[in-house]
Amino acid sequence: MAHQATEYNPRELQACVASRMLEDKKSVFVGTGLPMIASMLAQRTHAPGLLIIFEAGGMGPQSPVLPISVGDSRTFYRAVAASSMHDAMSVTQAGYLDYGFLGAAQMDMYGNINTTVIGDWERPKVRFPGSGGANDLGSLCHRTIIIMGQDKRRFMEKVDFVTTPGYLDGPGARERAGLPEGSGPYRVITQLGVYSFDEETKRMKLLAVHPGVTIEDVKENSSFEIIIPEEVGTTKPPTEEELRLLHEIDPAGMSIGK
Amino acid sequence: MEILLEGEGELLGWHDPDENRKWVLENKSRHLHDKRMGVKEAVGKFVRDGDYVACGGFGHIRTPMALIYEIIRQGRRNLAMAGKTAVHDIDILIGAGCVTRVEVAYAFGHELRGLSPAGRRAVETGQCKVVAEISNAGYQWRFLAGMMGVPFIPSRNMMGTDTLKKSCCKVVKDPWSGKPICLIPAAYPDVAMLHVHRCDMYGNAQIDGILVEDFELARAARRVLITTEEIVDNEVIRNEPYRTAIPFFLVDAVCEVPYGTHPAEMPYLYFYDEEHIGEWLELSKTPEGTKQYFDKYVFGVEDFQEYLELVGGVRKLNYLKRVERFQEPMRAPWLEKK
Repeated sequence: MAHQATEYNPRELQACVASRMLEDKKSVFVGTGLPMIASMLAQRTHAPGLLIIFEAGGMGPQSPVLPISVGDSRTFYRAVAASSMHDAMSVTQAGYLDYGFLGAAQMDMYGNINTTVIGDWERPKVRFPGSGGANDLGSLCHRTIIIMGQDKRRFMEKVDFVTTPGYLDGPGARERAGLPEGSGPYRVITQLGVYSFDEETKRMKLLAVHPGVTIEDVKENSSFEIIIPEEVGTTKPPTEEELRLLHEIDPAGMSIGK
Repeated sequence: MEILLEGEGELLGWHDPDENRKWVLENKSRHLHDKRMGVKEAVGKFVRDGDYVACGGFGHIRTPMALIYEIIRQGRRNLAMAGKTAVHDIDILIGAGCVTRVEVAYAFGHELRGLSPAGRRAVETGQCKVVAEISNAGYQWRFLAGMMGVPFIPSRNMMGTDTLKKSCCKVVKDPWSGKPICLIPAAYPDVAMLHVHRCDMYGNAQIDGILVEDFELARAARRVLITTEEIVDNEVIRNEPYRTAIPFFLVDAVCEVPYGTHPAEMPYLYFYDEEHIGEWLELSKTPEGTKQYFDKYVFGVEDFQEYLELVGGVRKLNYLKRVERFQEPMRAPWLEKK
C-alpha cells in the first residue's frame, strides 16, 4: 500500500497527477517544464514502456536527471534514437504521438493557449517566447494535456493571442480549419484540479479537485464559466515514493522546487 | 488552388527557386579546397549588415558563440534573425544591438531559467521588431523547402490560430483530400552559422547526437560558416562517411574553436556554464549591466581563447566536462532564486 504524503507543494502535486494520466506503452511528445518531469516520473512508476519524444530529435531516452532544455543531451541519454526535428515533427504529423504535453501562460474555455503576447501583438505589454513546438504538439498529437497555473488572469474569457489551437471556437472547428481529425485538448491540470472537455460543446469541464480544494475555489479562479458536473472526483495526493522519485529526477529543484 | 487564408507576417529570406538555383550556380564552389580561417576573417568576409542569419543547434545547445561574439565585436547592425528556437544566441545578439528583426518560433526565453530580460526589453520598447510568428516545425520546414529547392512545404500544423495569421504562410484547399492545408514558404538564410564536433579543412562536418535542424539549415542557407571543436584529417571523414551531416560543398568557412559553444552545451563534451548564463541573465536586467557584460566578455578580450581564460579557464572547462558526464552536480545561480 502506497503511503500518501502529508506535505507537498502544488508543483509536486501537479507533476504526480499529470504523470498518472500517461499510459504505459503509449507515446508522449513532451514540452519544457513540468511536462518533462511528469513524463519521467511516469516512466519510473506505472509506465516503464512510455515512449518519450522531444521536438529537437531525442526519442525514447532514459535520462537519470531532468533536462534544462527540450534539446539538451539529457533528452537523448540512453535513447533509442538521436534524430532531428524534421523526424520528430514528421512522425507526430503522421499520427505516431498519442499524447502531447504542454505548459501554458493563458487559456480560454476551449483550451486555446496563449504563449505569445499579453496586449497587442504589434506593441506587446509583455512578450512571451511564442509557439516553440507548442503549436505543433497541440495541432498534431492525438490528445493534448495542458499543465498550468490557474487564476482569473490565466483562465481567460478570451486569450490575447491564440498561439496553440484548442477546440478554437467550438465543436468541429479544428477539422474545419484543417487540423487532423479527432485531435485536441484532453485534460488540463492546474494547482486546483483536473479538467476535461465536454463532448458536445468542447468547453472545459471540471473532472476532479485536489485535496482541500472546493468547487467555489475553482469557480473563483476562472474568468469563464467552467462546466461543473454532478459528480466531481478528488485527486489522490502524491505518495512518499512519488515525491522521492521527483526529487531524484530533479535533485536541484529546477522544476518542482526544493 | 484556392487560397483560403494568407498570413500577414513578413516573408523573410524567400527567393524564387530558379533565382536561388542561379545564385548557387554562380556562387557556391564545388572545389574540394582548404577553407580554414579564423572567426574574425569568416565574419568579416561573409556576414554583412542587414543579413538574414540563422544559428545551428538549439538556442543554448551547440550554438556558434565564437562567431556570435565576433559579429558583436565587428559591430554588425540591422540583422534579421531566425528565431528557430533561439535562446542564448539571439538574446546576446539582441542585447548587443545587432539584431533588430526576428521571425519567432521561440525567442526571448531561456526555458527552465525563465524569460530573457534583454530580449524582452528590446521587443517591448520597440528596439527589436517581431516581423512574423511561426512554430518550431514551421521554421524547420521552411528550411526543408529551401533545401529541396521547392517554393513551399505543405503541413497540417498552425491552422486556426493567430500564430498562422501572423506568419508568412498561406492556407489553401488541398487538391487531393479537399481539406485545408498550410503552405510553409522556403527560407534561404543569407548566412547560417553552426558549431560541430569535428570537421575537416574542406568543411565535411560531423555532429554527435541530435541534429536538430542543422541538416536542413546548412542546405538551405546561402553561406555556411562552421566552427568546430577540432579539425580532423580528411581520412577520418572518408573512413566513416555515414557520419557526415554537412558535406564540404555547402560550406564556406571552417574555423577551429575548441569550446566554441561556451556557455552553451556541447552534447557528450561539456555542459552549459550555468554560472556564466546566470551572470548574463542578472546583468542583462539593465542596459548598463548589458553594456558591462559586453565590455568585459566581448570588447575586453582579443579572441575566444582569451574569453575562455576570463570565464574560468581549464578549471572551469574541466568542471563543465564532469557535469556533462554526470560526475558532478551543476552550479546554477538562477536556481537559488527559484
